[in-house]
Amino acid sequence: MTTLAAPGAHPHAAIPPRPTQGRSGSVLAVYAGLTLFSLLMLVPFLLVLLGSFKTQGELTRDPGAWLPESFANLSNYAVLFTEKNFGRYFLNSGVVSVVVVVANVLFASLAGYALAKIPFRGRSLVFSFVVIAMTVPFVAVFVPQFVVLVQMRLVDTLVGIALPCLVMPIAVFIVRQFAQSIPDELLEAARIDGASELRIFTTIVMPLLGPALATVAILTFLNSWNYFLWPLVVAQSADNYTLPVGLAVASAAANTTDYGVLLAGSVTILVPVLVLFLFLQRWFIAGVATSGLK
Amino acid sequence: MTVTAPPARTGRTPAVRPVRRRRASHAGTGWLFVSPFLAVFALFTLVPVVMAVGLSLTDIRVADLRTPFAVGLTGLDNYETVLGNAAFRRALLNTAVYVVIGVPVTMAIGFVLALALDSGIRRMRNTFRAIFYVPVIANVVAAAVLWQYAFTPNGPVNEALSGLGITGPNWLNEPAWAVTTVLLLTIWRNIGTCMVLFLAGLQSVPEEVHEAAALDGAGYWRRVFSMTIPMVKPTTLLVSVLMSVNFLNIFEEPYLVTRGGPLGSTESIASWVNEQFGFGNISGSLAGSMVLLVVVVVVSAVQMRVLRSDR
Repeated sequence: MTTLAAPGAHPHAAIPPRPTQGRSGSVLAVYAGLTLFSLLMLVPFLLVLLGSFKTQGELTRDPGAWLPESFANLSNYAVLFTEKNFGRYFLNSGVVSVVVVVANVLFASLAGYALAKIPFRGRSLVFSFVVIAMTVPFVAVFVPQFVVLVQMRLVDTLVGIALPCLVMPIAVFIVRQFAQSIPDELLEAARIDGASELRIFTTIVMPLLGPALATVAILTFLNSWNYFLWPLVVAQSADNYTLPVGLAVASAAANTTDYGVLLAGSVTILVPVLVLFLFLQRWFIAGVATSGLK
Repeated sequence: MTVTAPPARTGRTPAVRPVRRRRASHAGTGWLFVSPFLAVFALFTLVPVVMAVGLSLTDIRVADLRTPFAVGLTGLDNYETVLGNAAFRRALLNTAVYVVIGVPVTMAIGFVLALALDSGIRRMRNTFRAIFYVPVIANVVAAAVLWQYAFTPNGPVNEALSGLGITGPNWLNEPAWAVTTVLLLTIWRNIGTCMVLFLAGLQSVPEEVHEAAALDGAGYWRRVFSMTIPMVKPTTLLVSVLMSVNFLNIFEEPYLVTRGGPLGSTESIASWVNEQFGFGNISGSLAGSMVLLVVVVVVSAVQMRVLRSDR
């Protein structure tokens, strides 16, 4: 399936153009339609940003107004980081995400490479585990996963939040797809030279896996940063909340006049991902197109 | 073989031995390299699935979470209770509505966008693709907060509608409109994935095919319907199964935007499961999640068949 193999291996930096098929009038219509729909897709982001500058007073007086009275009103952000503990949530989200990314880049590349290039008995069984893990929906197993975590005495810890994500099956899958293109002769030559398997992995395989590992890093960062249900279940004291959990809890306890602060919280969650997307767009699309499979 | 220890590195041993030794070391390395994955898989997929099946047949309560083996067997009682539960049946029905409406709408929009991006335009194509894709990476809690704010009775959406001379409904408090609001969020979040996959599918249609059809005098839409759509059928199958699974698992949108309300009208299977878990109805939530698992596995089995047959 080209749509599966292509993303991990060769993310399209640019869409290859097709010769124009229509007349100039229809081209104009296409642009008009695309522009209109783009605005529609972007309006939610605009509303989040505009709303984050609104005071309680504004929201009471005129809840439907789109523009804030002042773009210099940063009081919502101040409340977020002084009264609402969002600094702590931000730190927690960051720590969990960094640990998850590093662990996946390391462990998923080991597993993906082994599944592609090291023949061993039981390999196809392990690969079927990867496929099974990608298929089982998280909402269907979070209750027994929580039971496991209770047994491990890791409830309400950041370790407990990060643990199930340390080796994501989709990351193993992406690396395996990519590693299959590494020529066997290269590995054999290194073995004949007497290099150990670990040395072959670190000095030959890892550098070759570069693009796949970039995809894995982006994808696992995105997943862990946006992760909601599992941290919601695991974190029980506010000190262990990640950003999405902190925002959801704040939102559940809020009045309609508190939207300014909540939307500032939304902006806080969205900005890091959007900034990364701006610079690393192709890797995102490559990675998440594959993770559509999950 | 362990009978005779192979001589250490003489370099003159018969050719068979080094090969066998290397294979043995391969097996060790292979298992060593996949062991971190296997550990996480065992702890957080294999054990939980087995456990979920087992515990859903027991009377487990919150107090039993520390001692899950001290529970009493109750057979299929939980499944009987859950399937007879009006709220759960409502959630099943709602989830079916999400799938039946959400999947075709999302796919149609994604396909048309991909078609537009593949229609021969040159400028701004990557920009448009990026814009359509951004909602996929947006955090769902952040989006849900916005949705709640935007769809309040006097909120920005109704303000904009009244500017067009339309009196907007009470989105979040009327059942049909609440379902619409939840669907709008879910569709917005899934269009980008459909668009990217369809675009990849469209670009695998060779240029010559388009040219030949154009020479034959077929008009654009004629070509789309009689040529493009049949040619991207594998992609369409893949996307439809993917989206079906996504919409079957719909959780955050109803949980965060409407809390399943008003009167359970937006509750999905997954949000019901989470709600019952929160109430301490562990056995019920387990049985409910197993029902969801079965539905998703059946759909995913179709997915696997589709993927295999296409290879």
